[in-house]
Amino acid sequence: MSQRPLHIIGKARRRVDGRAKVSGETRFADDLILPRMLFCRLLRSPLPHARIVSIDVSRAQALPGVHLVLTGADLPTTFGILPVSQDEHALCLDKVRFVGDPVAAVIAQTELLAEEALALINVKYEPLTTIASPEEALAQSEPRIHDYGDSGNIHKSVAMSFGSVEQGFAEADHIFDDTFSYAGNTHLPLETHAAVAALDPDGKLTIWSSTQTPHYVHRSIAKVLALPPSRVRVIATPQGGGFGGKTDPFNHEIVICKAALVTGRPVKICLSREEVFYCHRGRHPVLMRLRCGVKQDGTLTALHLQTLLDGGAYGSYGVASTFYTGALQTVTYHLPSYRFEGCRVFTNKPPCGPKRGHGTVQPRFGQEVQLDKIAVALGLDPAELRLRIVEKPGALTANFLKIRTIGLAECIRSVVRRSGWADKHRKLPYGRGVGIACSSYLSGAGMPIYYNDMAHSGVQLKLDRSGLVTAFCGAAEVGQGSDDVLCASVAEVLGVEIADVKVVTGDTDLSPVDLGSYSSRVTLMMGNAAIQAAERARELVAGPVAAKLGVPVEQLVFSHGRVFPAAAPETGMSFREAVIIAEAVHGTLGTTGSYKPPKPAALFKGGGVGPSPTYSYTAAVIEVEVDPDTGWLHIEKIWIAHDIGRALNPTLTRGQVEGSVYMGLGEALMEEQAFRRLPPKLSGALVHRTPSILEYKSLTSLEMPDIDTELIEDPDPSGPFGGKEVGQGPLLPIMPALANAIFDAVGVRIDEVPITPEKILKGLANLQAGKPARVGPKGFPTVPYPEPLQVPTPWQGGDGRAVNDAVRSKDKRAKNV
Amino acid sequence: MLRLPNFTLLQPQTLSEALALLAVDPHNTAILAGGTDLLPNMKRRQQTPRRLISLRHVSELHKLAVSDAEIRIGGAVRLRAIEDAPIIAEEALALRQAVSQIATVHIRGTATLGGNLCLDTRCDYYNQSEPWRQAIGYCKKKDGDICWVATSSPRCLAVSSTDAAPALMALDAKVQLRSVRGDRELSLSDLYHNDGIHYLTKRPDELLTQVRIPRRPGLRSAYWKLRRRGAFDFPLLGVAVAVQLDEEGLVRDARLALGAVSSQPILVEEAGKRLIGQELTNDQIDEVADAAYSLAKPMDHADMSLSYRKGMVRSLVRSALREVRGDDIAADRQRLMRMLG
Ligand SMILES: Cc1cc2nc3c(=O)[nH]c(=O)nc-3n(C[C@H](O)[C@H](O)[C@H](O)COP(=O)(O)OP(=O)(O)OC[C@H]3O[C@@H](n4cnc5c(N)ncnc54)[C@H](O)[C@@H]3O)c2cc1C
Ligand code: SF4
Repeated sequence: MSQRPLHIIGKARRRVDGRAKVSGETRFADDLILPRMLFCRLLRSPLPHARIVSIDVSRAQALPGVHLVLTGADLPTTFGILPVSQDEHALCLDKVRFVGDPVAAVIAQTELLAEEALALINVKYEPLTTIASPEEALAQSEPRIHDYGDSGNIHKSVAMSFGSVEQGFAEADHIFDDTFSYAGNTHLPLETHAAVAALDPDGKLTIWSSTQTPHYVHRSIAKVLALPPSRVRVIATPQGGGFGGKTDPFNHEIVICKAALVTGRPVKICLSREEVFYCHRGRHPVLMRLRCGVKQDGTLTALHLQTLLDGGAYGSYGVASTFYTGALQTVTYHLPSYRFEGCRVFTNKPPCGPKRGHGTVQPRFGQEVQLDKIAVALGLDPAELRLRIVEKPGALTANFLKIRTIGLAECIRSVVRRSGWADKHRKLPYGRGVGIACSSYLSGAGMPIYYNDMAHSGVQLKLDRSGLVTAFCGAAEVGQGSDDVLCASVAEVLGVEIADVKVVTGDTDLSPVDLGSYSSRVTLMMGNAAIQAAERARELVAGPVAAKLGVPVEQLVFSHGRVFPAAAPETGMSFREAVIIAEAVHGTLGTTGSYKPPKPAALFKGGGVGPSPTYSYTAAVIEVEVDPDTGWLHIEKIWIAHDIGRALNPTLTRGQVEGSVYMGLGEALMEEQAFRRLPPKLSGALVHRTPSILEYKSLTSLEMPDIDTELIEDPDPSGPFGGKEVGQGPLLPIMPALANAIFDAVGVRIDEVPITPEKILKGLANLQAGKPARVGPKGFPTVPYPEPLQVPTPWQGGDGRAVNDAVRSKDKRAKNV
Repeated sequence: MLRLPNFTLLQPQTLSEALALLAVDPHNTAILAGGTDLLPNMKRRQQTPRRLISLRHVSELHKLAVSDAEIRIGGAVRLRAIEDAPIIAEEALALRQAVSQIATVHIRGTATLGGNLCLDTRCDYYNQSEPWRQAIGYCKKKDGDICWVATSSPRCLAVSSTDAAPALMALDAKVQLRSVRGDRELSLSDLYHNDGIHYLTKRPDELLTQVRIPRRPGLRSAYWKLRRRGAFDFPLLGVAVAVQLDEEGLVRDARLALGAVSSQPILVEEAGKRLIGQELTNDQIDEVADAAYSLAKPMDHADMSLSYRKGMVRSLVRSALREVRGDDIAADRQRLMRMLG
């Protein structure tokens, strides 16, 4: 086919589902109403850690209008997102592990009635010692929150060493040793989780759910309910945000499926805001220590990173999160040697999991603030220091991550230029300052969540004589714009208008599998699959058309709804006529496309976390004003540049950048998943401090400062049309850039997130008292990390394997994380 | 989703009908004005009245009127109407500044002044769902017998969170209470008790029908509010001042009130004593700020640390007094009101 300029991709457009969203016509899960529908409410544990002695549901069951009461015994099979952490029950079986853990479900005629019935359920508990913090989890191996994991209340402890950090430290002119802490926070999507389950007359089960991962929900439901997957249909409804909070299979989804099976009637559940705080799976609180060796000129020689994650009560993605805290340190700046030790513990709090930037956000904060300290100590400009050490395109890093294109230097230059950095850094009057930070993120995880050799994303196309092209894909539209990417990719290749493509997505009955909306994988993977399917369709149509016109296939152009020979456009025909000709020749027209990421170079255990088809890069400068009397912060402006490869729809990509900045700023300034433990002598309570959208403080649009965004476009051959991810990476530099700007403004180091006025005042008071002007963790506890895997780096001739793997193979660790 | 419990909704058409309905079973009845405080509380079962009396159709309560001597605001006048009334901006600026920082613009379109003055006291251990409160074994204010904020406290320390009350206190306003038994008029300070549970002196069968603000020529007033976010948040501290200066710039009268630092809004008597007959110098302002500081008793049951909130009393009192003195601190106000941006 003849090449032509792109006509849809790269143009700023209204998203395909935009009109419905702004006019209120999008039907979210809670908008679904089916005839004879019942409502479900869950009874949740009031105790943080306890054995269930007995549950008496008889009074609840007897209440008129109550159709069903379920308890753990009705759903005894475990589930969980990772094959190595199948540690959840739809309803707690014998033990509750945090305040909010569901123990029973009532299905009744109305929500109010279901709620009243909950109060009639009598659960007897035998309280167990509460493990409230990582320190307690490390100190107390008994009672164990789970009877699996590495030991005691340690869920997962990992260690790996790439090259020799000892040698790296020996070669360094300076060694910087810093500890940082990052508070847990939650996703806070505006739409709370909701789902409806119903049984077809033919006995098939359907669930509509606000999930980011219909495929994994499908697997879990089939597993727990022991149904053939072919008889379960999961439909991901359009979502009012997920941000990683809807990527696990959830209790409530399984419970309503069971209830629909038992009652034969549709069952709905819509969680309250408080319950969403209990589903959580948000950002892990992480304590970290970074030891970094540097030469006088800023060259890095070694990094030793230790992390300690407060995992909460269940596994969730936690094993992956743990690896992620150490995975991406190597992809921004060249690191000749690197050691990572990470440990996740169980505590009696809602489970942590993946939130935008999954696991990489916390250590990125530490790394970028430490670089700022290094720059100050070496008398270097922090932007210049970063430019000196930026990793090279095509590099294979110490931990065997393959870099493709890297636009980080351009990003740094862009924000430096636009912000007027040279005239501001260390030059603004007291109280005002600028800070810079960078980041990188995956464009999709290189490995699936459960081990398999199949494609990660599939797209199927149907074309017919109407001229309509229908694209089917399992990808879940969670608000990020994946339907738009699918539509635009297909329309671009076939040269038709957006309106001539219909997408059918997130439906396990109708659409081929896509693994889900997580790890910034959809645009790249689904996009590549869509291009493949569309190119095959184009070929299918082109053959008969070329024959009919009597021109070689290579001369045909598909553009603006027409198919024509490049040399004689007027002799062509409409796309619809072309399809009619092709349908007459081939019969029914359909194609498929699929995508599977390249095999990772990392072959050591744990090397499955970190590889990606390509990485995005971001740099940001923040200008801040700090009032030294009140500690009050005023963000003047944020300049950000993001290496996106190519922006498929700049309207949406800029939206993702701004949305990331917004979320990052909320974390930087105020968000905290905080808990209250009452005086132990009087009460064993350990509760979420304020599980409400009013009192869990997060930014609103009114607090947003001015953001100046530049997209750096250097098409990456691995991405669809050259595109890379944008949904997560731009969040990461915000927290460290703010901390660095505050240092520039008032000389105080806040080595913690969130950065609050209280902490700034404390730092200033320290400064006045002649103490170190720093607020942050005092030290790092002794963590029983295992012997590290020794992996020689590529420049040491390493092949991606660990040399001491044999020792480790006794260890029953999973292959697939 | 959280659902409201069942209740009976009564919709009187006149004030006397409303008072009669209220007199029937006042302890199991609640006045429904805008409902922006009451209804969320009912969803969380903090309050479970069986009867609600709506003020929507009681037109006597919806009037904002001005006479030579005073501004009269009906108990059910919406906050938006107060915000938009030119007379309030001209003569009772503190009230306008307070009201325009209450909740959000959407809520202010529904919320009323009476509801704001009768607003339930707040506490992180109390503004929670029924299951959450069960998990902590409840507390004194509702269903329990201990105060988790101060376990030895004989009383509930929940915090008065109305923004309008301190402003009206500084403006020397009075409230009118009516019941079938008769009328009373109280100064605003007398409307409140320093008790998180019995925070109002209003009797259950009384309706707050009117607020009366005296008109004082040349009065300058201001309200400064501390909260985490500029968009919306309950006050962590409210500082209201009203000052009259004579021709020589000496203080003829001064009133300063603090909100959100105890179970009732507090009138800082010291301010008047110190300032009357004086010039508003920085030293005078600092002394008043110190006096206010020592009266403020924030507790660990709201957002931000209590030492920070207490420390901010000095800053905000200074800002408020400097503003009425005529200093140009619009930029400071803007910054505090909108934390970022
Ligand atoms: C998100 C959010 C943010 C908020 N932020 C703030 C804030 O920043 N500052 C603030 O002050 N408030 C805030 N509020 C609380 C509330 O919205 C306001 O205080 C509002 O003014 C209450 O008025 P209302 O008419 O809605 O009261 P209602 O909810 O109708 O009533 C409140 C209470 O007063 C009683 N009552 C009402 N009218 C009368 C009357 N005439 N006579 C006797 N009793 C009466 C009711 O019975 C009830 O007990 C907020 C609320 C929400 C939901
Ligand atoms: S101050 Fe004490 S008694 Fe009052 S609501 Fe709070 S915890 Fe309960």
